[in-house]
Amino acid sequence: MGQDLAKAGAFASIPALLDRNVKEFGNRPAYREKEFGIWQSWTWAQAAEEIQNLALGLLALGIERGDHVAIIGRNRPAHYWGMVAAQKVGAVPVPLYQDAVAEEMEYVLENCGARFVICGDQEQVDKVIEVQEKIHHIEHVIYFDKRGLRKYDHSHLHWYHDIQEEGRVAHARFEDEMAKREAELTYDSKCVMLYTSGTTGRPKGVVLSNRNIIESAKNSSEFDNLGGNEDILAYLPMAWVGDFIFSLGQAMWTGFCVNCPESADTLMSDLREIGPTYYFAPPRVFETQLTNVMIRMEDSGDLKYALFHHFMDFAKAGAGEKYGMPKRKVTTQKRTFEQKMRHGFRYAMGVGFAAEALVENAIRLGVAKLRYGKDVRKHFKAKDPMGLKLYNGSLQEYFKYRCGDVLVYGPLKDTLGFGRIRVGYTAGEAIGPEIFEFYRSMGINLKQLYGQTEATVFITVQPDGEVRNDTVGVPAPGVEIKLADNGEIFYRSPGTFVEYYNNPESTADTKDPEGWVATGDAGFFDKKNGHLRIIDRAKDVGKMADGKMFAPKYVENKLKFYPDILEAVVFGNDRDMCTAFINIDLTAVGNWAERNNVAYASYQELAGHPDVVSTIQEHVETVNKSVAEDEMLSGCQIHRFLILHKELDADDGEMTRTRKVRRKVVEEKYAPLIDAFYSGKSEQYIETEVTYEDGRKGSINATLEIRDAAVVGNGNTQGMAAE
Amino acid sequence: MSLDMNANSYVTEDGRTIGPVVMDLKNITLRFGGVVAIKDISFNIREGEIRAIIGPNGAGKSSMLNVISGFYKPQEGEVWFRGAKRPPMRPYQVAQQGLARTFQNIALFDGMTVLDNIMTGRLNHMKTNLLQQAMWWGKAEKEELANREVCEKVIDFLEIQHIRKTPVGRLPYGLKKRVELARALAAEPSLLLLDEPMAGMNVEEKEDMSRFILDMNDEFGTTIALIEHDMGVVMDLSDRVVVMDYGKKIGDGTPDEVRNNQDVIDAYLGVSHD
Repeated sequence: MGQDLAKAGAFASIPALLDRNVKEFGNRPAYREKEFGIWQSWTWAQAAEEIQNLALGLLALGIERGDHVAIIGRNRPAHYWGMVAAQKVGAVPVPLYQDAVAEEMEYVLENCGARFVICGDQEQVDKVIEVQEKIHHIEHVIYFDKRGLRKYDHSHLHWYHDIQEEGRVAHARFEDEMAKREAELTYDSKCVMLYTSGTTGRPKGVVLSNRNIIESAKNSSEFDNLGGNEDILAYLPMAWVGDFIFSLGQAMWTGFCVNCPESADTLMSDLREIGPTYYFAPPRVFETQLTNVMIRMEDSGDLKYALFHHFMDFAKAGAGEKYGMPKRKVTTQKRTFEQKMRHGFRYAMGVGFAAEALVENAIRLGVAKLRYGKDVRKHFKAKDPMGLKLYNGSLQEYFKYRCGDVLVYGPLKDTLGFGRIRVGYTAGEAIGPEIFEFYRSMGINLKQLYGQTEATVFITVQPDGEVRNDTVGVPAPGVEIKLADNGEIFYRSPGTFVEYYNNPESTADTKDPEGWVATGDAGFFDKKNGHLRIIDRAKDVGKMADGKMFAPKYVENKLKFYPDILEAVVFGNDRDMCTAFINIDLTAVGNWAERNNVAYASYQELAGHPDVVSTIQEHVETVNKSVAEDEMLSGCQIHRFLILHKELDADDGEMTRTRKVRRKVVEEKYAPLIDAFYSGKSEQYIETEVTYEDGRKGSINATLEIRDAAVVGNGNTQGMAAE
Repeated sequence: MSLDMNANSYVTEDGRTIGPVVMDLKNITLRFGGVVAIKDISFNIREGEIRAIIGPNGAGKSSMLNVISGFYKPQEGEVWFRGAKRPPMRPYQVAQQGLARTFQNIALFDGMTVLDNIMTGRLNHMKTNLLQQAMWWGKAEKEELANREVCEKVIDFLEIQHIRKTPVGRLPYGLKKRVELARALAAEPSLLLLDEPMAGMNVEEKEDMSRFILDMNDEFGTTIALIEHDMGVVMDLSDRVVVMDYGKKIGDGTPDEVRNNQDVIDAYLGVSHD
C-alpha cells in the first residue's frame, strides 16, 4: 500500500499523515484497546477527532510552540493521541519510561523543561507531584484514569476528557491557531524527543525530526511489505524508539491498526486474541515462551508428546524454512478460483494425513504401552502416516509439513498468539540458535535487526529468506555503513538523529560533520552473503599476536548458547592462540548426571568427570568450526581449554553483581592456569581463595586437566598435533 | 478532632461527607442457648463512612455482622435500617435491601470462573426468569449485557482482568479474597459488610486491599462496616470504631478516642482478673 501513496515529503509531519489517513481510510480501525473485557475500537476519523479536541484543549491551556510535553503511562491510545496532539500545536512529545522512579523522572523532566505532563494514572501523577517539589517549570498535569485522584488539588491537574471537552467548546476560538501551527511543521522540525536508557552515564535526549521518523517508517514498511491491514500489539515501553516507530511512525505511514492490551498482566491472552501480523519482542520474551512450551509438553499426554517431538524435529531439520514461511508478497487482490482450489486441496491433504497420523500413532502407542507400561515415553517414537509413502521426494516432505501444521505447528502458533504473524523481529541482544530455530521452523518469520535510538531504530535488517541467527542482516534501505580499522561500525542514514538535546559536546563526539555516527559496536561483513555481524563492544575487541582480530565475547556467547556451559572466559589478547576457561552449568550437567547414574558430591567433582570434559570438548570443537567460517575471526578458535574447579562468583569479585565476568580479575587470579595454557602443560595444580556467603574465607585446591581442542584450517597447528 | 457526631451530616478532615445514620442497632442481645454472644449492644453506622468493629477473639464481632446481615436473629433489641424498624428477615431479603457482605472463610463457587462468580452478585438486579435467561433472547440478553458491564467495571476497579476467565478454585488466597470483594461490590450495595478482609494476607496484599477499600468508599460512596484484626489497618482506614469484648461494647468513637480508652487497652493488653 505504501507505494501507492504519494511520495514521502508531501506529508511532512505526523499530523499531515493523520489527515491523509482520515481521507483515505477514515472508516478503518486505527486503534483498539481492550477495556472492560471488550476490544473497543476507534476508526481513523474518530481518532483524529479525539486528537483534535485534545490539541485544542492544550491550546486553551496556553501551550507554546516548541514546548515539551512529557507523556508517562502504559500503552494506551489516549497516550499516543497525546503525542500527536502535541505535534499538532507545534509542541514536542517526550515519552518517559513509566516504571522509572521519581528521582529518575526528575532528571529527565528537568532536562527537557517540560511545562505539560500527560499521565496515565494516579501512580504517575503522584510521581510528578513529588518531582514538582524540586522543579517548578511543570505547569499543567493531565491525567487519563480518574481513579483515586478525586481529592487531589485540581488547580493544575486536569482530567484528559475535561481538556478535550474544553477543546470542543473552544473550537471556534482556537481552530485557526491550530491550523496555522500545523502548517508551520516542516520535514525538518522536531518530531519527538526520546531519552536513551542511559547505561553509560546520564540519559541523553535524542532529538528526532519528522524526516527521521517518516523516512524510516516509509523505508522499513516498504522493506517488509507492510500494508494497511496489519495488526500490531503495542506493549513495549512508549519511551523506547522502537515503539514510537512501530506504533506511531509505521502505523501512520501505512495506516495499520495499533492494538493496546488491557493491562500488563493480560498481555499473553490479549496477544492471542489479536493475533498480530507484525510483532516485535526482545529475545528474552521468546526464550520465556519457549521454556513454557517445553515445560507444558513434558506434562502432556504421551501421544501429544511423541507427535510434538516427531514433527518439531522434522521442521527443525530444514523443512520449516522450506515450506513454512509465509508468502512474501501480500496481494490485496482476491484469490482466483484456481488458487482457492489449490489452497483447499493442500489443506485437505494436511487434514487427511493428520487424521491418519493420529490414528496410526494412537494404535502404535497402545501397543507400546502394553509392552513398556509407564516407561512408554522413553521408548515410543511417533512415525509418519503410512499414506505419505505414496509420495516421494519433495512432495512427501511438503505433505508431511502440512500434516505437522495441522497437528502441531498451527495449534501451537495459535496458543502462543502467533497464528497470523507474517513478520516478527527481535533485537537488543544475541538470540540463542535453538530459540531462533524453534520459532522459524514453526513457520514464524522471525528476523533480527540491529539498531539504536540515534538511528531511528534501523541500521541493518534481515531480508526475508536470508535469515540467520548469528548475523543482523544487510544495511536497511537508505543506510550507509562503514567500518573503522578496529571494526567499529559507523552509519549514515535518513534516520540519523538531529542532536542530543542541549548537549553539543556529546553530539559532536557521536556524529561527525559528514553525518557519520559511531555505534560503539564492533562488527564485520560476512564475505559470503554481505550480512553484518556484531562481535562485541568496540572497546573490548583486541588483536592477537599475529595481528588477527580478537573478539572474546563473540566466542564466549557461542559457547554459552550450550545449556551445559554457564560461563566462558576466553583469553588471547596479544598472544599467539586463544584459550578458554569454562564453567559448567550445575543444573543442566547435574540433570545429565542423574539420568546417567553418575554420582558426584560437588561442583568440582562433576566438573572434573572425564565424560563431562569430553562433552565440553565436543562443544568447543563445534564452536571452533563455526568460528573458523569467518576468515576475520578464525584466529579466535580455542586451542586449549579447561573446566574451572569453582564457579565464578560475584562474592569473590570475579563477576559483577549483574553477572558479567571481570576479565582482569580472572586473569590475575588464575595466572598459573593461563601460564600452563601457553607453556603446553597438560595439567596444573591451583589453590584458590574463596569467600563464603557469610564473609568467611577458605581455600580450595585442585589439579585441573588441560585439554587441547581441534581447530580448523589456518589456525595454529599445535592443537592439530595433539589430536 | 471535635466533630459533632449527632449532627445529620458532617465533613471529615479529608473532605468526605458523612451522611445521616443508615443502620441503627438498638440494645441487641444474642444468645445461643445459655451462652450470651452479644449483650445489650447499641451502635450506628452513618452513610458514607467506614465503620470498624474490633475486639479480641470470641468477642462477638462476627455474630454482630451476622445480626446485621440477617443471618442471626437477636433475642432482644431492634435493627433500624434507613429510618424504619427492620422486621425479622431472611438473608436474601436483607440482600435485596442493598446489603452485601464477604465472608471470613471464602465462600465462592470454586468451579466457576471469576466472571461468573461476580455475575452472581448481580442476582438481585435481574428481573427476567429462568426460562427467558435460558433462551437468552430479547429482554434477557439486554439485561445480561447491562449486568456484565457493571461486573466489568468492578473487575477493572479491582484490577483482576488477568483472571477474568480463570476458575476460582485455581486462584491463590489473596486473589480469592479480592474476587469475593468484587462479587459483593457487583451487587452495588448501599452498605457493605466485610468480615476480616485482610486475614492471612501479606503486607503487600494488605496494602492493596486497603487501597481498594478506601477507593471504593471514595468512588462509589459505599458505606462500609468491617471487622479486622490488624490494628494499624483499622486505625488508618476507619472513621469510627466499635470495640467489643466478651459480647459487650467497651468503646466507640474515632480511632484516636478508642486508642486512648483504658477499657480497650485492658482488653487488648490484658489485666489480671481478681
